[in-house]
Amino acid sequence: MDFSTKTALELGQMIKNKEVSSVELTKDFLANIKKTDEKINAYITVLEDEALAQAAAVQAKIDSGELTAPLAGVPMAIKDNICTKDILTTCGSKMLYNFKPVYNATVTERLLNNGAVVLGKLNMDEFAMGGSTETSYFGAAHNPFDPERVTGGSSGGSAASIAADECAYSLGSDTGGSIRQPCSFCGVSGIKPTYGAVSRFGLVAFASSLDQIGPVGRDIRDCAEVLSVISGHDPKDSTSVKGKTFDFSQSFTKDLKGVKIGLPTNYFGKGLDEDVKKPVLEAVETLKKLGAQVEEFEMSIVDYAIPTYYVLACAEASSNLSRYDGIKYGYRRKDCEDLLDVYYTSRSEGFGMEVKRRIMLGSFVLSSGYYDAYYNKSLKVRGLIKKSFDQAFNDYDMIISPVAPTVAYKIGENSSDPLKMYLGDIYTVSVNLAGLPGVSVPCGFGKGDMPVGFQLIGPAFSEAKLVKAAYAFQQSTDFHTKKPAIVKEGN
Amino acid sequence: MNYQTVVGLEVHVELSTKSKIFCSCTTEFGGEPNTHVCPVCSGMPGVLPVLNKKVVDFAIRAGLATNCEITRYNKFDRKNYFYPDLPKAYQVSQLYLPICRNGKVEIEVEGKKKYIGIHEIHMEEDAGKLVHDPWDDCTLVDYNRCGVPLLEIVSEPDFRSADEVIAYLTKLRETMMYLGVSDCKMQEGSMRADVNISVMPVGSAKFGTRTEMKNMNSFKAIYRAINYEAKRQIEVLENGGRVVQETRRWDDNKDASFAMRSKENAQDYRYFPEPDLLPIEIGDDWIKDTKDNMPELPEAKRKRYMSEFGLSEYDASVITAERQVAYIFEDTAALCGKPKEAANYVMGELMRLMSETGTLAEELEIEPRKIADIIKLVSDGKINRSVAKEVFEAVFKKNVDPEKYIEENNLAMVDDTALVEEVVAKVIADNPKSIDDLKAGKEKAKGFLVGQTMKALKGKANPQTVNKVLNEKLSEVLK
Repeated sequence: MDFSTKTALELGQMIKNKEVSSVELTKDFLANIKKTDEKINAYITVLEDEALAQAAAVQAKIDSGELTAPLAGVPMAIKDNICTKDILTTCGSKMLYNFKPVYNATVTERLLNNGAVVLGKLNMDEFAMGGSTETSYFGAAHNPFDPERVTGGSSGGSAASIAADECAYSLGSDTGGSIRQPCSFCGVSGIKPTYGAVSRFGLVAFASSLDQIGPVGRDIRDCAEVLSVISGHDPKDSTSVKGKTFDFSQSFTKDLKGVKIGLPTNYFGKGLDEDVKKPVLEAVETLKKLGAQVEEFEMSIVDYAIPTYYVLACAEASSNLSRYDGIKYGYRRKDCEDLLDVYYTSRSEGFGMEVKRRIMLGSFVLSSGYYDAYYNKSLKVRGLIKKSFDQAFNDYDMIISPVAPTVAYKIGENSSDPLKMYLGDIYTVSVNLAGLPGVSVPCGFGKGDMPVGFQLIGPAFSEAKLVKAAYAFQQSTDFHTKKPAIVKEGN
Repeated sequence: MNYQTVVGLEVHVELSTKSKIFCSCTTEFGGEPNTHVCPVCSGMPGVLPVLNKKVVDFAIRAGLATNCEITRYNKFDRKNYFYPDLPKAYQVSQLYLPICRNGKVEIEVEGKKKYIGIHEIHMEEDAGKLVHDPWDDCTLVDYNRCGVPLLEIVSEPDFRSADEVIAYLTKLRETMMYLGVSDCKMQEGSMRADVNISVMPVGSAKFGTRTEMKNMNSFKAIYRAINYEAKRQIEVLENGGRVVQETRRWDDNKDASFAMRSKENAQDYRYFPEPDLLPIEIGDDWIKDTKDNMPELPEAKRKRYMSEFGLSEYDASVITAERQVAYIFEDTAALCGKPKEAANYVMGELMRLMSETGTLAEELEIEPRKIADIIKLVSDGKINRSVAKEVFEAVFKKNVDPEKYIEENNLAMVDDTALVEEVVAKVIADNPKSIDDLKAGKEKAKGFLVGQTMKALKGKANPQTVNKVLNEKLSEVLK
């Protein structure tokens, strides 16, 4: 049976209907991983025996009626910066090459309680720093649509594993676009939730005020289902918001009448590749046909988003990554002369280039004499960005934009030019700075038949509205069902 | 030239909350290394802090008691530095918006009163401890203390002598203990001070360069260190040198301080707001609530003891020196309704037994009800005062029940006039020399006869009865 055309929710229903068992599904996905992951490298850790045992246990609970969750028994995978008890959680870094947490992230716990079967841990840019999954210590991930190209990042494994049919849904994390951009590059759907909607407990921090865990899936409905499982207040995370739950019950219609969408012209100007612009503007037309009202407007403050983001994200990262000092866990260089030597060599050898670059940037902007000029000023700009979004949402229910200025590029093409890489985040980082939700869904193909996605941005906790628009779009298009050759060949 | 010593203090007080500042681990002192730890306080990847609200309560209390303004919009900041006892490589502290500011504490030295300014009080987490193992020549880390909440109380450089410093520290310690904020056990490091010292010519308006001695945890050492360091700096200046701004280590055994690291290339802590914690807003209600629930402070107690109970200033300050002693006194006074008697027993018997047995105030287990019982037994004429002392000791040492103890040991007061008459007659008959002495006008001999009578009655007699009977008999004999 070909499960690759099914969504996670459909697979969950099939398990309930006894058309397939969780163990059979798990075996099927494990077989897919065996077949394709050598080329894709979406996984850092595959949990073959554990997943099969878990599937059997979950199936028993489904059979006994103990587990009724819609996604119970459906195999999935988790980005490797999200803690999984007694299972390697490397963050794609040599620094944590041997790190097994003694605790689950809150999201892991919630998924397990819902009967998730964990196939493994997914590849990513080292400590989520990058937009291509090339900075992983475990090697670059390869785009299923063209293995010579990048998957995007940092949740490259989370997106590629869905595109390559190596799991039914996955978790990623998004600090500046790390869910939305790889979704665009790999032709899958994803949600970056409102800051505070999903607990960060157990998410290895990159930039605490920007990080947010979110789902990646075959379509937006799967993502919405996963989001409703993992979201909600967590007493272990002070920044998780109390009293907010998502209600997607009104989200699954084809009608977008009365929905007002703003189109910021600044997002469609210089720097955006034509082959990306075209499908995104076609998506705008589709949304209009579905009843949405689309209006152009100016949002120039976003031009400052990139420098603001990199100052703040690197500042927080430089502090968050200080704990990796070779003393307590993770990589430590042996035969050191003294304490300083332990610090210097362990950190020099344990971290990759991009991580070190950001730690240095972040340490610099926080150092005395520069704090006001960089960090403090960036905080102010962050406030202004937030304000200009608030203003836009006075007029519009949501904003539509491209996710990335290009389609997935060739592996190695940009890695020597960090600035160019950073500019690739232009359409995504301001969403994190403002703490807003964003969804990314496929809307066509550009150069080299590589997928292109568009992004919808809404006010805080407007996920249900964003999902509604994305769902209506996917109901009348089939871009999200297009499979790469690597999957088709297998069947 | 004459010099003036200038001192400023940063006092760290470990809070006596049950759990740590950002996790639910116990704050208990001691314990096997790394047994009071969890992923949060040991800084594992991906964990997050959750603020213990009690820490804020305690900080507000401390701030109100030291006349500070309470900051209404509070934030935590990260202080970044690498050291193995700091598992996150940053300490969560408060730099930009400390919870208390602009306070003052009154001290008194040799009858002169003076205010010491409090620059600020901020909340922060403690670090762990490094333990060097000389046998294996390695250093081990114990994270038990990581995340124990601290208040750092930063004074203005208002001290002009070591005596002022000690007076302030004594007052501060007393205050924090009464507030229930900290047990301030110096030997366990739950109160420790960083001492900043400089000297300047008398009359100068400009402070000299200061040196700092960190983590000092004995008043005696602080006193000696200040005097030593001031003298050292004066010598440096007198010899034409200049004082270097540096951290120095005080060696109490060698009675000298030694340079540790120069502050001139000071570490850059790269402070920035802690993004994992939300700002804390302190409303009027919170402050009012704290005010309403503030325990009475020693100074207020002293005044009350004097006005309400008629105690002398000296007695009031002896009793209030230790919180536990003051509480025992108050409860005893309330139970027996005789505050002066209660004060006598607390200052007399209780303190004598404490020093004899080396019992610390916080270790006291004696029940005020039992002390009140003893006082009542005496005033009811059930036992005499010397027996009362014996009973008090038994209560203190063996926690006996006073009435039972008296009964079991047959200590009740003898008030049987016939019996006393019999004994007195015998004592007079047995001591003809005393009678001769009395006849010769040596009044002292009477005391001897009282003693002999008491002895014969095993100390239990009512002294009034003994006196009365003896006077009667003697007047017959001496006629």
